[in-house]
Amino acid sequence: MAGGDQAMRELGDRLPVPEFTTTPFTTPPPLASATVAICTSAALHPVRHDAFTPTDTTYRVLDRAERQLALGHWSPNFDRTGFAIDLDVVYPIDRLEELAAEGVIGAVAPRHLAFAGNQPDDVATVRLDSGPAAAAVLKADGVDVVLLTPV
Amino acid sequence: MSTLAHVFEAAGLATVVLASNRSVVERMRPPRALYGEFPLGRPLGKPRDAAFQRDVLLRAFALLDEPAGPVLVDHPEVVESDETPLSCPLPPRFDPTLPPAVDEAKGLRSAYDRALARRGSTSVGRVLGPDRVPEALGALHLVAEGAGWQEVALPGKNTIAVCHDIRTYYEEAALELVDGPPPGGRAAEAWYFERTEAGRTVLAARAAMKEQGAPFPFWFYMAPGHR
Repeated sequence: MAGGDQAMRELGDRLPVPEFTTTPFTTPPPLASATVAICTSAALHPVRHDAFTPTDTTYRVLDRAERQLALGHWSPNFDRTGFAIDLDVVYPIDRLEELAAEGVIGAVAPRHLAFAGNQPDDVATVRLDSGPAAAAVLKADGVDVVLLTPV
Repeated sequence: MSTLAHVFEAAGLATVVLASNRSVVERMRPPRALYGEFPLGRPLGKPRDAAFQRDVLLRAFALLDEPAGPVLVDHPEVVESDETPLSCPLPPRFDPTLPPAVDEAKGLRSAYDRALARRGSTSVGRVLGPDRVPEALGALHLVAEGAGWQEVALPGKNTIAVCHDIRTYYEEAALELVDGPPPGGRAAEAWYFERTEAGRTVLAARAAMKEQGAPFPFWFYMAPGHR
């Protein structure tokens, strides 16, 4: 493993994380009939507006057709050129469209979500406020399955 | 992401996390996770490789068939980052009256503009547009040379955001100047910090700010932690 990634993963190993005493579990419908959304922590936002602040605990709603996106994550500690080369390596929206066209998944959700990965350590707002609000957005669109992609 | 998996699942949404840190998901126990040891910042593993990305997705979605959770599975292929500096040309020195980084940034402008025209989007612009990148480097040059960090007028003000915009300007320009397969994760970062005048200037200004007692976040996040 290369130096920068190794350093960051070792930091993650030592990082305190929120504890969950149970793991909720929802059984989805068959994938071929499921509506799938993406939720990324890359802090994606439309280019030139709706940018994330350094301590942003809110989320952005990304239209299914939107491709002109900026990577708004504030950390300097990960590669950004992958995103610059190919949006799908962070936000695999075109791959989902292909899987839907082939009938592998039922449908691509009309709206997707972006949070910022750099959150306060206790992630209290995400747990109690913006997270449930984001879930309600997806539920309103009939989403069954959420793919979570980290940055 | 694991926190959101818990929240979403409790709301009746089935989730799959593409995990980038194994020990974090081991401890946070989201319902379903596929761990990919890929370059950080590339959760689907390989840019411009639709087949690989599709394989990641299908392995992730296969976890939806599990009858109970938490379930954590490793993707079988490791994709390593590459910290060998990108082999990317830099503009020749043009105006010796300017600090080297300022001269260099001006020389990269046409490559940046070509990249923007081709992609149609840019991640430069958090606080600075491309027009002000040379000016910001001029200010950071003064700090690196010993000026007080609070006395220098840094366009964009926020050091983290300014350094993000400068680095992204360089990295997007660099991608326009290299041929061949997509560079590995961190190859452009290594090129920027180890080969360019801008990267050296940012690191020198960062060291100077630390030495001058600037608040930790103001200087630390100007560059990756391991640098």
